[in-house]
Amino acid sequence: MAHHVLEAPVTEAQVRALRVGDDVMLERTLFGIRDATLIAMFDRGRKTKFDLKGHALIHTAPNVRKTEATPDNPAGYAPLCIGTTTSQRMERFTRPLMEREGSRIIIGKGGMGPITQDAFRDLGGAYLAIVGGAAALETTWIEAIEDVDMDDLHPESLWKFRIRNFGPLLVAMDSHGGSLYSRVQSAAAAKRDAILASIGASDRT
Amino acid sequence: MQLDLKEIEELSKTLYIRALKLLPGDIKAGFERLMQQETDATGRAILGTMVENIAVAERTDNLLCQDTGFPIYNVIIGRHVEFDGVGLKNAIRRGCERATREHPLRSSVVHPLTRKNEQTSCGIRIPIIHVDFDARNETIEIEMIPKGSGSENGSFLQMLIPADGAAAIKRFVVDKVIELGGRVCPPTIVGVGIGGTSDLCMHLAKIAATRPLGTSCADPDGAAIEAELSEAVNELGIGPQGLGGFATAFRVHVEMAATHITMNPVAVNIQCHSARRAVAIVTPGGIAFE
Repeated sequence: MAHHVLEAPVTEAQVRALRVGDDVMLERTLFGIRDATLIAMFDRGRKTKFDLKGHALIHTAPNVRKTEATPDNPAGYAPLCIGTTTSQRMERFTRPLMEREGSRIIIGKGGMGPITQDAFRDLGGAYLAIVGGAAALETTWIEAIEDVDMDDLHPESLWKFRIRNFGPLLVAMDSHGGSLYSRVQSAAAAKRDAILASIGASDRT
Repeated sequence: MQLDLKEIEELSKTLYIRALKLLPGDIKAGFERLMQQETDATGRAILGTMVENIAVAERTDNLLCQDTGFPIYNVIIGRHVEFDGVGLKNAIRRGCERATREHPLRSSVVHPLTRKNEQTSCGIRIPIIHVDFDARNETIEIEMIPKGSGSENGSFLQMLIPADGAAAIKRFVVDKVIELGGRVCPPTIVGVGIGGTSDLCMHLAKIAATRPLGTSCADPDGAAIEAELSEAVNELGIGPQGLGGFATAFRVHVEMAATHITMNPVAVNIQCHSARRAVAIVTPGGIAFE
């Protein structure tokens, strides 16, 4: 189980070196994205002003306070509480994000499915698991909101965060077909029949 | 006792913010129990992070989770309380709006078709306000639940039939917990509704999911299924965040209602580990927070 410190943008070689079970500390830049942002970009053809090539994207929509634009809050937003949402809803957007924007790392919770897994294999990407619902802690890893795009979708805007010691994050899906979620799901499915039998709830034959 | 609607508005605002920041004692105790039982290294590390987060939220006066959720207000009005019902509902709605604007909180509520966010945490029929009555003298209780959406998306209803029996109810719950895996932010409280009509069954599942840990179903047969299912789901190995381990659920909770001779409905509604709720009791003596 290797430990990696990554500063985005990352190369394909860097992301293909990640294996499930490794941990990652992310530094400097992280983009925030979620349902409405992705629908706007890929179903409605909107373009972002940001270059997302080689970058890490976190599934989020933050709590912020509007401020004057200052060196501390260059985008005119102070971060209040930034956490992570369930990734699975964004499943069909991983491949287009990687193909069109060149992004390489998704950070989220709950894991993603086979479409994402295939995109990681074909294009070189990885999924890093963060602890969902631990937003107060996660917020302490965010230094500032550097910039924002598509803010008409607020709070589901495209956010650019400046981060420091963001993690540790767990490599939960890699570019080699590895997925901790699939492993856990298969193991649970294998136990199902015995567990149901023990509570008198076996399938009717 | 005459209800002061200005006070109710202020309280509705306070309860929303309080619920988002302070986890109830029974949930904290639930984490302690799971920490003692969890043997998986990843599971233990994740539970440790969750417990650390509760402390960071308290220390930094921050929200536990970025999801400000679905605002739900459960109001129970006792005897000898004079109030204007429409005014009461309006006061709660204003409190919810003010919490969002004045804290500020992320508004997580949108129009279901246009997806327009009014940035108030309110919209058509939202906040959800349930009003009920009980026998307490000159008392009004308000419970605020910011229901997280990751777990709310883990909701299911199945209109089973009598021939399927109770076995099918149990099978349905176990299969849904497997299907949901890490998406609902385990460890969870698995809320199960049994009986009633379709809508009542679903509502029972929500009551079950948001019931304090340490309470059990009033019906002895329901309580027996709770115990059985609580053990069963924690044998699946799904674990914290679906990354493996013992702690899939704090507990399975069951709520029941009588049903029709042709029916055997079951519903599932999940509460994530950030099982937030805040309760205040208003009496002529003042306001007390639970």
